[in-house]
Amino acid sequence: MMPKLNASNAVAALMCAALILLPVYSAATGNIFILTLFTRITIYALAAASLNLIMGYGGMMSFGHAAYLGIGGYAVGILAAEGIGSGFIQWPVALVVSALFALLIGALSLRTRGVYFIMITLAFAQMAYYVASALSRYGGDDGLTVYKRSDFAGLINLSDRNQFYYLCLACLFGGLYLIWRIVNSRFGLVVQGVRSNEQRMQAIGFHANRYRLVCFVIAGTICGLAGALLANNTDFVSPAVMYWTRSGDLMVMVILGGMGSLFGPVVGAIVYLLLEELLSQFTEFSGLILGPVLLLIVLFARGGIMGLLGRMSRG
Amino acid sequence: MYLVVEQLLNGLQFGLLLFLLAAGLTLVFGIMDFVNLAHGSLYMMGAYFAATFVAWTGSFVLGALIALGATLLLGIALEYVALRHLYGRDHLDQVLATFGLILFFNDAVRLIWGPAGLALPLPAWLTVPVQIIPGVYYPAYRLMIIAVALAVAAMLYLVVMRTRIGMLIRAGASNREMIGALGINIKLLFTLVFGLGAALAGLAGLMQAPILTVQIGMGENILILAFVIIVIGGIGSIRGAFMAAIFVGIIDTMGRAFLPDLLRKVLSGAAASTAAPALSSMLIYLLMAIILVLRPEGLFPAAKR
Repeated sequence: MMPKLNASNAVAALMCAALILLPVYSAATGNIFILTLFTRITIYALAAASLNLIMGYGGMMSFGHAAYLGIGGYAVGILAAEGIGSGFIQWPVALVVSALFALLIGALSLRTRGVYFIMITLAFAQMAYYVASALSRYGGDDGLTVYKRSDFAGLINLSDRNQFYYLCLACLFGGLYLIWRIVNSRFGLVVQGVRSNEQRMQAIGFHANRYRLVCFVIAGTICGLAGALLANNTDFVSPAVMYWTRSGDLMVMVILGGMGSLFGPVVGAIVYLLLEELLSQFTEFSGLILGPVLLLIVLFARGGIMGLLGRMSRG
Repeated sequence: MYLVVEQLLNGLQFGLLLFLLAAGLTLVFGIMDFVNLAHGSLYMMGAYFAATFVAWTGSFVLGALIALGATLLLGIALEYVALRHLYGRDHLDQVLATFGLILFFNDAVRLIWGPAGLALPLPAWLTVPVQIIPGVYYPAYRLMIIAVALAVAAMLYLVVMRTRIGMLIRAGASNREMIGALGINIKLLFTLVFGLGAALAGLAGLMQAPILTVQIGMGENILILAFVIIVIGGIGSIRGAFMAAIFVGIIDTMGRAFLPDLLRKVLSGAAASTAAPALSSMLIYLLMAIILVLRPEGLFPAAKR
């Protein structure tokens, strides 16, 4: 199916082009800051996109998604601290552990619905937060410094700004492609069907929770990858990345950009983190503006930025 | 033994404080179907108002009363300006909007009061230890918290079960459209309930203030505990919130006090000192997860809609 040319698709295409060309701009102007900023943004965009898979398409309002950021990060950090520096070991471990955690909490959480689901996912993320805080061998509350970034045997050098940026971008695009394929597959259609009407899907013979659980695990795994990237980006991982306000940040990105739209979370992550960065440059009280802006967006721009663009192009 | 009594009282006191916070949350949640993450900010504002007004007036009681009124007004203003437009919207929209309010309040507090925490000193007559049973002394202030919170709980019970307003509140919790159709001014009722919830949160904040420091973000951790309580107790049920709050307060306090020693008996010293703080912090969340897995609607679900 050929995508139609409308405002939201145009914005998505422009955004992708800009993200790809960003290192060129950074090299030409010598503006290194913008590259490091956007490296962080692409990582959070990947995490937000994975949350969008379960929240936007699956109707599962997880309020504990930041847990996977921490789990992926700690997998990298702990292995590095134990002397295992190879990314070929660190990253698969990060993915597998995230997937197992998602499987465990998903299997339990999916027994509940609605607000109870929000709260139980939050509870599990808080438990992960407290476990990380208690890892005194790995820094405890203070967090764990990652002295050496993941080593990919000369294939790619994560300490090189440009290479690392493109790796993050590749992960983001890969993640988005995967999500797009999932959403348009039979599996994805069933998941979306369950979101709209669970009873009906059950009645025609789909085991709703099994589909939901698989979707939940996929999203957690993708977010675990974002966590591994994040630990490499900041050379540091601490329990704070799992705190509930961080899960709130991810939710904000998804809703701000537009839930249930493929590029929505990316737009949301860019706008939210840029806004935070810009505001912090001329005031240390960025929340005074950011907070009311969020409120206004909820009140007047339903469906987030992508929803707004969609309405604009329909006229 | 004395230690157990003391910790039980601490747990009861903490639980009652949590109840004040959770009562407002569960009312707003149950009646307006509104998820208010900014409830923790109102708790924080109560503490900051108290620290300020007590310093201004020089009287603890007077300052606390003014702070209570200020939080009530703030809650009503907040509801009137912003939150009433969010009733009937998706829970997620409400989460996003009130998350924005948390950011706003945290930075507003930092702008007005500065980043350092405040202290709220107690008057001399509240710092004396009181002998509760022969040989056991307990701080007078903590006893006062227990007394005030129990009185508020009793008042809340009377208001909700025995007055016309309470009848409307209960009716609103079970069927919102219906009481609107019966000619009740639902907007006014909602504003009142929200203000009441705000005042209760403020009361919890200002009573907790002398025990902990008054600082930015103080509402965030305790907000999650309050949510845990209303989920365990069943959303919209004040009785459930009361039981769950005391349960959570006692379990949390006892866990922190006695779990390390218990674990040391089972595990080696090093493993126990690693596991104990994590386990005692997790205990409440673990409890909630178990309850939700076994009873997805909470322990005391309010009447079905």
